[in-house]
Amino acid sequence: MRKMFFIVLFWAISSSIFAQKVVKGEVFEGAGNSPLEGVSVYWNNTTIGTITDSKGKFELPFDGRNHELVLSYVGFKTDTLHILEPTELKHWMVEDNSLEEVVLKKRKQTSFRSLIQAQNITHITSAELLKAACCNLAESFETNPAIDVNFSDALTGTRQIKMLGLTSPNTLITVETIPTIRGASQSFGLSFIPGTWVESIQIAKGAGSVTNGYESIAGQINVELQKPNKDAKFFLNAYASSDQRYELNNHLNFKLDDKWSTGLYLHGNLRNHAADNNDDGFMDMPMGKQLNLMNRWQYTDSEKGWVGFLNLHFLTDEKEIGQTHITDSGHDEGHGHSFDDGWGGLIETIRAEASVKAAYVFPDRPYESIGLQTSYSYHDQKSHYGVQVYDINHNSFYSNLMFSSIISDTRHKFKTGVSFTYDLYDERLLLTDYKRDDFSTGVYFEYAFDNLDALLLTVGVRADYHNRIGFFITPRVHAQYTLWERGTLKGSIGRGVRSASVFAENQQIFASSRTVIIENSGGDIYGLDAEDAWNYGLSFTQGFNLFDRVADLALDYYRTDYVNQVVLDLENPLEARFYNLKGNSFANSFQAEVNMSPLQRTSLRLSYRLSDVQTDYLTGRLLKPLTSKHRFFVNASYETAFTEKHSQWRFDATYNWLGKQRFPNTQNNPVEYQRPEWTPPINLVNAQVTRVFNHKFEIYVGGENITNVRQNNPIIAADDPYGMYFDTTMVYGPIYGAMYYAGLRWKL
Amino acid sequence: MKKFLVIAIFFSGAALFAQNKNQKTEIEVNGVCLMCKDRIEKAAIKNKGVKSAVWDVNTHKLSVIFDEGKISTEEIEQSVANVGHDTENLTAPKDAYDNLHPCCKYRDEEVIQGH
Repeated sequence: MRKMFFIVLFWAISSSIFAQKVVKGEVFEGAGNSPLEGVSVYWNNTTIGTITDSKGKFELPFDGRNHELVLSYVGFKTDTLHILEPTELKHWMVEDNSLEEVVLKKRKQTSFRSLIQAQNITHITSAELLKAACCNLAESFETNPAIDVNFSDALTGTRQIKMLGLTSPNTLITVETIPTIRGASQSFGLSFIPGTWVESIQIAKGAGSVTNGYESIAGQINVELQKPNKDAKFFLNAYASSDQRYELNNHLNFKLDDKWSTGLYLHGNLRNHAADNNDDGFMDMPMGKQLNLMNRWQYTDSEKGWVGFLNLHFLTDEKEIGQTHITDSGHDEGHGHSFDDGWGGLIETIRAEASVKAAYVFPDRPYESIGLQTSYSYHDQKSHYGVQVYDINHNSFYSNLMFSSIISDTRHKFKTGVSFTYDLYDERLLLTDYKRDDFSTGVYFEYAFDNLDALLLTVGVRADYHNRIGFFITPRVHAQYTLWERGTLKGSIGRGVRSASVFAENQQIFASSRTVIIENSGGDIYGLDAEDAWNYGLSFTQGFNLFDRVADLALDYYRTDYVNQVVLDLENPLEARFYNLKGNSFANSFQAEVNMSPLQRTSLRLSYRLSDVQTDYLTGRLLKPLTSKHRFFVNASYETAFTEKHSQWRFDATYNWLGKQRFPNTQNNPVEYQRPEWTPPINLVNAQVTRVFNHKFEIYVGGENITNVRQNNPIIAADDPYGMYFDTTMVYGPIYGAMYYAGLRWKL
Repeated sequence: MKKFLVIAIFFSGAALFAQNKNQKTEIEVNGVCLMCKDRIEKAAIKNKGVKSAVWDVNTHKLSVIFDEGKISTEEIEQSVANVGHDTENLTAPKDAYDNLHPCCKYRDEEVIQGH
């Protein structure tokens, strides 16, 4: 701990790697469908504007401050549209002398790909997040085809996300660009960010930006939280579901003066009912409770060019797992149960975080800024899974100092800086203590070129020293080229390096009788080496018109090649074996996605995803277990027009088809404890209806997995939990079955 | 001591005649729409020494930040006029103006009214 304080003075920040949100649109002439070229489109009273191209299209950054979008063209009526969020719209200009009313048709696009930056980034707005039950960040990706959401085991109800077919530790997850879900919080951290706190999410596929560190391999997910000066003064969300989960969210925001705002965000959830739909004697999902508090302070002085944030975050979380009869007796005695009690477990977490961000934009040089961000987190988890005791304490300090400016002119921009990370881990698994402290410091430089026409290029490199990995270089390159009208090609190459916290990232293995074995190969991280991978990606987007409305097609191909990987081998049903990769490990991922609007106020997203993830295990090259090779995804939504009172109905449905997945080998188990080679494919349907009464109040009801698909016998040897074959990690589908929920949102 | 004085004089002299590397200026440039904005800004920024160029569609002011040692206000004005936009001191060549998109004909009263 003392060491921490010496390092604390090492400061830092990065401004957002993710560029602004945008408003996109198409402008047409009169009642017909001929596009109008050269229409001026700009934010009222600003210089931010553009003109429509030969297809009548435009794209403008949306900064949340300006809401009046002006469209003007000679011979036509000038129109002012009220835009409250990044959207995609269609607009028909009416001739000046005609008496017809202005016909305004607007399609909200709640999730879209950025074409104003070289990285392949999908933006998810808060409106998209409202489409699902979405109680926390882990559940926020259900309407997004780029991310797979799986259950990690049959007990903890933990959702695990996968990107490009790789589990979440391969993805750098940042909160306002500060790396947050890492180390001890890797398994459960996504459930520690309540859904209502999220303002937007940016998903960057492939190599990330060097400004946020060297850890991202498959991609980066950045979460922007609600901002006290923009969020509602008062917000209340209550939620209840048929699986007896209750949630309450409350936001209170205050504007203290023209520069300072503060917000208080409270979240609580509770499930105190032991449900066992499949009668295996085990709860289908844990009982538990969480109390989660955040206080944000925001400072903005646009005249002098200062912006700043202070964040304080505290949470406690408790999950009770195991056999239904044992949970009634309570777990208050602490660690461990006697065998006679049955099989039970408890996971208790306390986490506290503080972060500061400050940025200064030179008033006379608007293209030059300096930023500093720094954060500290304390994470303490005490848990037992049956008789397996696992405790982890993780103190982490991060700081990043960044300078942004231009080379010669604003077509050539750069960001450079230094960052520092310190992690102190103290773990206990059964009777063995594992203690390690990791520190790394590095410098980075990222150059971005925009030829103001068709080419965007970002070249970044960082050099780091890590006490366990040594000195290494992380290069990353992104490029975007506009091939033709509305056709854009993106490419990227980059390296990612990370030290894997093998236990914290794979806690599901403790809920089994598997013996944990680490093949010590003399490395510095649990006797293993750091993970090291290269990622290559290509992406093509084509916009077009379908049913007289805008539509787009996106094709992505990404490949990840591991130089070294910490392989988790579950092919022997009695072991969970970790070792350094011997041979090859790679992930090929292809995705095709079409977004369209077949009718007014309707949107339809169709997607197909192929993941081919293979690793050389001790028993030969195999597909990564419990990862579907094929996935189809359909999301459809429809909303009625707003009435004068601003009331509206919204309907949303998502269909997912996951192809067969490979079970880890269970051939050596007794016949009754064996699993086939492949899981069956599964179909999942979610649906939700929202009734908006006015600006202030709305209610929603919905169902998840409404066709009631269930995995039978998710637990191997549920009848003998202390026997050698007990295993809860063989999960490919829902365990609980259909779940219905209702909630309300009220804001002032 | 003598040396110090020489150095001091040298530096004060340098300071006196130093050319501002981040000189800011505003040039009145005629134009009407955001297509004009694009064209004006591109023309200005392509000059060596111009670091940033932003044209305001309402005020018609082109705000430029440039290195005085490398380029003058007059040269920037000339480059903008060359792509068809009149500035406070210069009139755009006829062929450049004629080549403008019909929407951008800022000398045409009707076009101005339309915006």
